[in-house]
Amino acid sequence: MMLTDLTIAQAAEGLRKRDFTAVELTNAHVEAIDALNGRLNAYITVTADQAKEAAAHADKTLAAADAPTLTGIPLGIKDLFCTKGVRTTAASRILGDFTPPYESTVTANLLANGAVFVGKTNLDEFAMGSTNLTSAFGAVENPWRRNGDDTPLVPGGSSGGSAAAVAAHLAMGATGTDTGGSIRQPAAYCGIVGLKPTYGRCSRWGTIAFASSLDQAGPMTRTVEDAAIMLAAMAGHDVKDSTSADIAVPDYRAACGRSLKGLRVGVPAEYRAPGMSAELQAVWDRGVAMLREAGCEIVDVSLPHTKYGLATYYIIAPAEASSNLARYDGVRFGDRREGASLDELYERTRHDGFGEEVRRRILVGTYVLSAGYYDAYYLRAQKIRTLIQRDFTQAFESVDVLLTPTAPTAAFGHNEKPEDPVQMYLNDVFTVPASMAGQPALSVPVSLDSTGLPLGLQLIGRHFDEETLIAVGSALEKAADFTARPTFRAGAAA
Amino acid sequence: MTYTLEGSTGTWEIVVGLEVHAQVISQSKLFSGASTLFGGEPNTQVSLIDAGFPGMLPVINHECVAQAIRTGLGLKAHINLESHFDRKNYFYADLPQGYQISQFTHPIVGSGVVEIELSDGSTRQIGVTRLHLEQDAGKLLHDQDPKRSFVDLNRAGVALMEIVSEPDIRSPEEAGAYLRKMRQILRYLGTCDGNMDEGSMRADVNVSVRKAGEPFRTRCEIKNVNSIRFVTQAIEIEAMRQIEVWESGGSVDQETRLFDPGRGETRSLRSKEDAHDYRYFPDPDLLPLVVEQSWVDELKACLPELPDEKRARFQTEYGITAYDSGVLVAEQSMADFYESVAKGRDGKMTAAWMTGDFFAALNRTGKAIEESPVGADKLGGMLDLITDGTINGKIAKEVLETMFETGEAPLEIVERKGLRQVTDTGAIEAAADEIIAANQDKVEQYLGGKDKLFGFFVGQVMKATQGKANPAIVNDILKKKIHG
Repeated sequence: MMLTDLTIAQAAEGLRKRDFTAVELTNAHVEAIDALNGRLNAYITVTADQAKEAAAHADKTLAAADAPTLTGIPLGIKDLFCTKGVRTTAASRILGDFTPPYESTVTANLLANGAVFVGKTNLDEFAMGSTNLTSAFGAVENPWRRNGDDTPLVPGGSSGGSAAAVAAHLAMGATGTDTGGSIRQPAAYCGIVGLKPTYGRCSRWGTIAFASSLDQAGPMTRTVEDAAIMLAAMAGHDVKDSTSADIAVPDYRAACGRSLKGLRVGVPAEYRAPGMSAELQAVWDRGVAMLREAGCEIVDVSLPHTKYGLATYYIIAPAEASSNLARYDGVRFGDRREGASLDELYERTRHDGFGEEVRRRILVGTYVLSAGYYDAYYLRAQKIRTLIQRDFTQAFESVDVLLTPTAPTAAFGHNEKPEDPVQMYLNDVFTVPASMAGQPALSVPVSLDSTGLPLGLQLIGRHFDEETLIAVGSALEKAADFTARPTFRAGAAA
Repeated sequence: MTYTLEGSTGTWEIVVGLEVHAQVISQSKLFSGASTLFGGEPNTQVSLIDAGFPGMLPVINHECVAQAIRTGLGLKAHINLESHFDRKNYFYADLPQGYQISQFTHPIVGSGVVEIELSDGSTRQIGVTRLHLEQDAGKLLHDQDPKRSFVDLNRAGVALMEIVSEPDIRSPEEAGAYLRKMRQILRYLGTCDGNMDEGSMRADVNVSVRKAGEPFRTRCEIKNVNSIRFVTQAIEIEAMRQIEVWESGGSVDQETRLFDPGRGETRSLRSKEDAHDYRYFPDPDLLPLVVEQSWVDELKACLPELPDEKRARFQTEYGITAYDSGVLVAEQSMADFYESVAKGRDGKMTAAWMTGDFFAALNRTGKAIEESPVGADKLGGMLDLITDGTINGKIAKEVLETMFETGEAPLEIVERKGLRQVTDTGAIEAAADEIIAANQDKVEQYLGGKDKLFGFFVGQVMKATQGKANPAIVNDILKKKIHG
């Protein structure tokens, strides 16, 4: 077995048993990146030298007792997290060579837990997208291929680089951020596990903002147990983020394998979207059967405002983004285009610096906040958001967790992207409602579709009840026994 | 007394509302830990939050919240236990985040009132609509380079209180009185230093004009006026401009204007059509600001005595006039000085000396009361010497002056200069005899009805005793001797 094939849990054990060193583990991943990143473009920046140094340090820590859990574990970091001394791009031209003099709270927590960062992963520009096609640093290729078909596929987005890196074994785990599905959807497309924690579980400090009331960092891994391990290291209260929750971080790993006897699983009728493929419906049904088998009680529930989720999301997220992205003006950092006047400097800098999708969302957001439109769009969306939140609150009075598909389809080809942006936004239909309500949600790969591409199911939990998600997720994982691996991965490169 | 302006079509009255921007006294900024000290080298008091770096988040500074609540209480205003922060979005180089964090729909302080006093002694209540907390912007420096502008972010993110008045003000004098009173209250509370020349207090002035009995007409806003004198000038000039516009058949456009004191005119800055669409929306980085009533009560209990109450107390406790009392409470330091002198002494006498010779001496030497060479103990000591008859009032003036020059204690000066009052009746009688003998003609005239001449005799005796004679004894002796 190759070192890159290990899970985080296995590697952590191997390191402690001296089966291999942290340097060996990191080198194996750096070599895999060297071999495959040229094709997959999962990383924008590879930090091989720093990683090797950190790994050598990890080996010393491991020699002493009580090394923290992630000591020596190579991780990929979505290039939306500010990393001290390492260029941070948000996959945008506008940040230029911006190198933060500070470390985001989430990555600082991971470093404190001993993790080794092998690089900054690709994403949709400013995390806006579901394909990773909007990156200023080029598209990411999904390591999976359809059976007998070499068409390059999208990895999903916005955390597409993280998903591809983890799926192709170019990292043991990676951080993602999820605003409307940006962890879960690419996890489903790439056949890995993605966990979006409850809003407020992980600090947003030092993570480049897209939509502040929705953004939440989370782990992307190959197993549910690994997600639990990573989340425990990432989460926690942070006084520097007023919206971070002052709630103790439980031992998430302990929830793996917990008995599901008597647990009630809700199946929301509204997610049975018209036009859902029979294949996806079948996967969902299989998931239901697996959980019933594991001792759960299956309950039909209703989330009546689900159908408004997408429209509401595409008002609120761009509104916040239009304001959050105002700071990229070329005055204090990032790329600047000179102009004869201040306005011209702004216009040229922002026109050249932002890609088409980011510009579209800034315009939409500016529009919905404008005088005369605010009430009709933003205010109304906020009201509906409250109703969506109430849907979940009511549902969780009768169930402990919800089971839905993660995305309407499997990964599609780079050239199969819908021309109509609204059609594109439909990708987020199952993930957006949980984001709007701040619920934690987990995507677990369950099976392959008829073309050989992974499909995932989503579990949505109560606020700050990631443990139930992990318990149910690990049961689902066990029952599904998803062992398929992508075409492109470390040691198996074609 | 109604203030009006005469136009060609008749009499106009003016309607003014003021928005005061008061910089909060606090160690650090509203949402960051950077220092608020005035006068630092450019860009030395800037945190990554103030500079709007990627991923930075604001965290509310509770001292600024306490200051806003104290101010609200000082304005007898309603404190909103839940308030919200909103983003006011616009692009400018002095605004690093691209938005100002402010309070739009739910301010921390609701309606209150400020009582102003006018020169004719009348008082008026001016309504306060609201007070909210917001961030200050940075400063653009245009004079450092012929082609480029520089940005100093030291001030960016410093807490401001925007205090909005009702359109209750009806004259430039009232506007001045309102601003002085506001500044006095803020200084008493220690929530803003009120220094308009350093920019820590600024005013936006809303002006409109109307004929008596009419509803409000369109107003113009004059931005960022930085002295009380300029505010009163700007109101008058703007009101006259508007009257001319109306009377020439035009109509006043709602717009933002600038006051140019050099040219004595206001100029259009931007019209309503060009007005920014600030796209206010709740700041998703901040939770609603919720304060406990018990905390408000605590802050209220620790509030200092405010000028209105102090003034009333001085009148009843020390028996001084409303006028003197008003003068003495103008500044907290003066009022404190007065009280420490007046405690256990004659309050009226203390007030008379303080508002008279003492303030005159301070003015002459250009010193603030905090740096007075004559402290409360010395001034009190001097008053004691008058009261116990050691010196008379005339000599006291000399003693006071010497104290200002040398800083000596009053008794020291009296002894060194031999200024003790002469109460020895023998010496006074001898002097009186001599003067009566030398001025028999005047004695005749006096006895013949020229009462005023009595002063002449007193003056001569005082002169003969180098001013040291006790005036009461001099009076007695002269009366006895002349009337026989």
